[in-house]
Amino acid sequence: MSQLASLTFYHNDDARPVIEAILADNPGVQVLNMPGVVKLDREGDIVIKRTTVEERLGRPWDPQEIHLILISMAGNLDEDDDAFSVSWKHPPPFNRG
Amino acid sequence: MTIQIKTVDMEPKRQTFGHVARRIGEGKSATRYQEGTFDVQPTTNFHYKPLYEPEYWTYDPRKTRVVMEDWYKPLDPRQYYYATYNISRATMNQAVERNFTFAEERALADKMSPAARKQIETYLLPLRHLHWGANMNMTEITQRGYGTAITAPAIFSAGDHLGMAQIISRIGLLLDGQTGVSLDLAKEVWINDPAWQGIRKLTEDSFVERDWFHLFVIQTLAINGVIFDLIYKMGDAGWADAQMTIALLTEFMSDWRSDESRWSDAVIKTVAAESEANRALISQWASTCIGAAVEATRPLSAAFLGDGGAGAEMAGEATAKRARGLGLTL
Amino acid sequence: MSAKKLGLKQRYAHMTRGLDWETSYQPMDKVFPYDSFEGIKIKDWSAWEDPFRLTMDTYWKFQAEKERKLYAVIDAFAQNNGQTGISDGRYANVLKLFLTGISPAEYQAHRGFAFAGRHLRGVGPRVAAQMQSLDELRHLQTQIHTISHYNKHFDGISEFSHMHDRVWYLSVPKSFFDDARSAGPFEYMIAIGFAFEYVLTNLLFVPFMSGAAYNGDMSTVTFGFSAQSDESRHMTLGIEVIKFLLEQHPDNLPIVQKWVDKWFWRGHRVLGLVAMMMDYMLPKPVMSWKEAWEIYYTQAGGALFQDLARYGLRPPKYADIATAEAEHISHQNWAIFYQYTHAAAFHTWIPDAKHMDWLSEKYPNTFDKYYRPRWEMWGRMAKEGKRFYNMALPQLCQTCQIPMGYTEPGDPTTIAFRSSRFRGETYHFCSDGCKDIFDAEPEKFAQSWLPVHQIFQGNCGGATIPDVLNYYRLANGADNLDYVGSPDEKLWNEWQADKLKTAV
Repeated sequence: MSQLASLTFYHNDDARPVIEAILADNPGVQVLNMPGVVKLDREGDIVIKRTTVEERLGRPWDPQEIHLILISMAGNLDEDDDAFSVSWKHPPPFNRG
Repeated sequence: MTIQIKTVDMEPKRQTFGHVARRIGEGKSATRYQEGTFDVQPTTNFHYKPLYEPEYWTYDPRKTRVVMEDWYKPLDPRQYYYATYNISRATMNQAVERNFTFAEERALADKMSPAARKQIETYLLPLRHLHWGANMNMTEITQRGYGTAITAPAIFSAGDHLGMAQIISRIGLLLDGQTGVSLDLAKEVWINDPAWQGIRKLTEDSFVERDWFHLFVIQTLAINGVIFDLIYKMGDAGWADAQMTIALLTEFMSDWRSDESRWSDAVIKTVAAESEANRALISQWASTCIGAAVEATRPLSAAFLGDGGAGAEMAGEATAKRARGLGLTL
Repeated sequence: MSAKKLGLKQRYAHMTRGLDWETSYQPMDKVFPYDSFEGIKIKDWSAWEDPFRLTMDTYWKFQAEKERKLYAVIDAFAQNNGQTGISDGRYANVLKLFLTGISPAEYQAHRGFAFAGRHLRGVGPRVAAQMQSLDELRHLQTQIHTISHYNKHFDGISEFSHMHDRVWYLSVPKSFFDDARSAGPFEYMIAIGFAFEYVLTNLLFVPFMSGAAYNGDMSTVTFGFSAQSDESRHMTLGIEVIKFLLEQHPDNLPIVQKWVDKWFWRGHRVLGLVAMMMDYMLPKPVMSWKEAWEIYYTQAGGALFQDLARYGLRPPKYADIATAEAEHISHQNWAIFYQYTHAAAFHTWIPDAKHMDWLSEKYPNTFDKYYRPRWEMWGRMAKEGKRFYNMALPQLCQTCQIPMGYTEPGDPTTIAFRSSRFRGETYHFCSDGCKDIFDAEPEKFAQSWLPVHQIFQGNCGGATIPDVLNYYRLANGADNLDYVGSPDEKLWNEWQADKLKTAV
């Protein structure tokens, strides 16, 4: 059975580079536009890489800044200094602990 | 060319919510503090007695022995609601960031004498546990207290203590080269060092206090007034050559203390003024817990300041004076 | 020595873990008196995985930034009289339901997470629960501050706090949270942290806020989405709690399963109010309840329970019934409120032809067959001056407290009734799900403060409808009855007429 990992963001300027980074790094991601928000779904996992966001943003980006734009999610969350992910995979895309 | 802005006449039907208007007077506009605070806690028609404490309802004025005709009398003079609280703390924290950057850039930790470093490790870093204890108590007051006027600022205070425990932790990490060794050591001191045992016992005793307003008095009057003030306010001499560095890195604590005591003092003053019974009870609580705090702090004062315990006495006297200023008889 | 930069995880561990200690002057069981009676076994609290790693300094910084943005929007909305720009005056009723029914639940969550944030023994979950307690207070206050402006113009909002403690349908969300608040800290975390926040909250907020966006209510959109940005932390806490309990001891599984079953069904019943709001109350509907259920329960919940199956946890009991009910529940609920509109603090109306066509399209299996004929009949009756009011007080379900108007699974023309005997009394239920919950804890649910029983017992101001409305502080002729003919409608029409004049 399908297991969609999912992230929902505000549809605004702050979220745009993050959404673009996800589209670049996560082949097969599906985009659902709703009034005011964008929902991104992908089988298994979605990873946001700090470096990809920074390329688009032109400044340093702390993955914790995602708390300012993230509205909802599905999957097990993991975060460190270089990436943020939601995943249904075991083990997750990068190591915990 | 003139631009004409035509607006529809928007005379409001009412200025605020019914329960707020009944308190401030009909036809008056209310502040955000008032709208976000007054009467938002449920008061009646509860469905189930708590499984863990069936003698009370979840929200029950009988969980303290002091009696208020209206628990929305003890208001917060700072008029904090969530937004203004967070904005205030974010601003205070900008100074923390600047100060830590300053200390790191100038390697102030490396310039301290070994004696100063030892003092900090033994008498400042264990405070992270005392802040954590305070956090537990203020969270308990939030969950167990009655009326949002007190319970909302109590969770803000709990957040402050967690934040201060983390600032102390950062000082430790600054000292130990980001290894955490100093924090492990400080915990050992907190658990075993005789100088701290009175304070740890006082803290643990407060954890089992079931009367939430009694707990409020123990924490905000006695523990804040005697122990935190001894170390943060009266302890300068104890840091030897690191005095300026510690003053810099604990700036948040002194800002917090003057901010929070405006609230906690006002609460005690208002509740004591409600009735002679309240005043007598709170006076008795204050007298006992200030005395216990002084006793508990004397060994720390002696070890930290080499004053034979005089600092604890002075902090106790200052707190007693403060308590009398709130209308208590000690 | 030069300070090397610590990684996020190490830094957070140093800043948080190790703050607590094993007490010795007082026994730990006295310091934490509530975390053992539920039967949950924790071998090692330090195995807790921090779901997110915000230190207070970062929390203050982010939250202050969110609040500055949010209040700028609220101020601008009020200054520009944004309430005149909503899609239709009917839309305000969504906010009435929200502020009277949901915002007080945020308050209960605030106090409940303070309970968990003090009384769970591990430092990790306690810190996360305390932050959530702060967040929930935020949600309550931002909702009050946003809707405050609507309250200045629209009826039915002003007494939200008084009403929440008294009005019959508000006992549905109130008893839900009273139930969670009167449980132990672990059940609370599964009830609110997991079942509500993780499994069901998207069904509440995302459709609600998209609906607000689509209906021109920018201030509500802003508080809603701003609140949701805390929700991702809350969801993460919820999923971490359940994994932690299941990993700690195999004996926890049956207890947790029982709670998941219970709280899924409790939540599903409460969300029936949201279903009605989405399908009937939004003048410009954005997505049907059935579609929302498909995305946020069937898909997202499916993935989640597939993940949790490795612990032996199965999807909630009666999830299949709930999914089948998604075809019916909004229609049945709006019909209840239409009949009892004289005792509700918001307005009702019969959907217009265009809206009914939308419902036909969204509910091809059920709307035309079962529900359209009823609305058309009630429409005809109203035209003939015989607007249908139900003047008999309804029987309420002992568990969810909703009037017994739901139908049998698979038979939408027969009302479902279930009952149980306990200590010589008979108790009534709307469904197997609600009966099971009662049967598992009859001592608890026999206590329910059922609004209809209370009226009959004389505890709600008197025996007549005006007496009870008075007790509710519900302004007869303003807060209640049909939208058509209400003061709200009159005001809305004046604004529209003014706008036309201004445009000319």
